[in-house]
Amino acid sequence: MIELTLPLTKEQVKSLRAGDSVLLSGTILTARDCAHKRLISLINENKELPFSLKDAFIYYAGPCPAKPDMASGSCGPTTSARMDSFAPTLLDLNLGGMIGKGEMCEEVRQALIKNCAVYFAAIGGAGALYAKCIKNSECIAFEDLLSEAVYKLEIKDFPVVVAMDCHGESIY
Amino acid sequence: MRIINTNEIENAIYKMALRAGVNLTPSCLTAMKEAQLTESGTAAKFALKTLNENAEVAKELQMPVCQDTGLSVVILEIGQQVYLEGDPLKQAINRAVKRAYFDGYFRKSVCDPITRVNTTDNTPAVIHTEIVDGDEIKITYLPKGFGSENMSKLYMLKPAQGVEGIISAIVNTVKDAGSRPCPPVFVGVGIGGTFDTCAFLAKKALTRKIGSHNAREDIAQIEIEALKRINELNIGCQGFHGNTTALGVSCEWAHTHIAGLPVAVNIQCHCVRCEEVVL
Repeated sequence: MIELTLPLTKEQVKSLRAGDSVLLSGTILTARDCAHKRLISLINENKELPFSLKDAFIYYAGPCPAKPDMASGSCGPTTSARMDSFAPTLLDLNLGGMIGKGEMCEEVRQALIKNCAVYFAAIGGAGALYAKCIKNSECIAFEDLLSEAVYKLEIKDFPVVVAMDCHGESIY
Repeated sequence: MRIINTNEIENAIYKMALRAGVNLTPSCLTAMKEAQLTESGTAAKFALKTLNENAEVAKELQMPVCQDTGLSVVILEIGQQVYLEGDPLKQAINRAVKRAYFDGYFRKSVCDPITRVNTTDNTPAVIHTEIVDGDEIKITYLPKGFGSENMSKLYMLKPAQGVEGIISAIVNTVKDAGSRPCPPVFVGVGIGGTFDTCAFLAKKALTRKIGSHNAREDIAQIEIEALKRINELNIGCQGFHGNTTALGVSCEWAHTHIAGLPVAVNIQCHCVRCEEVVL
């Protein structure tokens, strides 16, 4: 099992191969359908984004509310394919990579190669286990979107698999 | 005549919704444990092990097994000798859902289809009512996640396509869905009826126990053959390749028109959550 702390260096990204199991620690940002639509609108209008994309990792997820004694509620990945049309634009703006579930399209594969980035698959449906790996959660943008808002998550030993690497290989 | 207050229905649905958000059905737990033992793919086996651990953690911490706590589907089979008193039925059901989603710390996932604005309390529920014989009410509660719902399909086949056409429709739906609906999936199939009843039959098929078979031998054979072919697709748990792409196929049927053969395929992810009660 490979252990990595985000953000990743380009050398670290290059060392990852589709199928590798990885335990991730560090900071990730949640964003799903509605948050992506807003981000792309801001980009198209040349407006400032509410957070930096540089080397950031976006987690396609919309958590449950946290119980009083936990940092986050259940928080597994959502289907990445719905973000197929958004991901290449964000990768071209130096996004470090994404975490989600399921295959992504050819344009995403090309954008991962071009930008030396990586797409990790979390285990879909393991929401309770992932919640235990989240040590802190803070809403940093689009609060009105509720569970679809952008949450900054501090994660520790978050299990993922390299789904698509920067060499064009895919686990699917 | 038997009088039932809708308060009783509200309380029953509240309890079912709270349980369903946290617990997989016993037949799902059994099928997933069995799959972990028989899976040959390394990555898929690891994913199955993780998911079985997740089910235990959810139960232990009493938190949602999956963050997609779904759109609440409520099926009521109401005996014709029952008289309902109290608040309007829809109001009682939606109040139950609202209370459960707040008290259970469940995600509120219901929105307007055009504006995408969240209703903030997971209502309204999808409510199906059927009038049946007797003086009881059977309530089935199914919180339906949408990663899998999105991969569902409805086909209006030609009668000439027959059983082979039905099986191909089921297998191709799962094949096209690939890794996206969180396999291993549970496949609900409606055969016959009209466009709308066929889709409802598919949903109803998902309320059956995994591994159970339709009472009609010819329909049961469709379930068995479709499951066999699906598990030869090599999609596997999470799309990581392997021999467990589906946990089961359930088919329900209705009479149809001489010109048609509707087939609806409703996909359910491996988080099979369903509760049932009789009042």
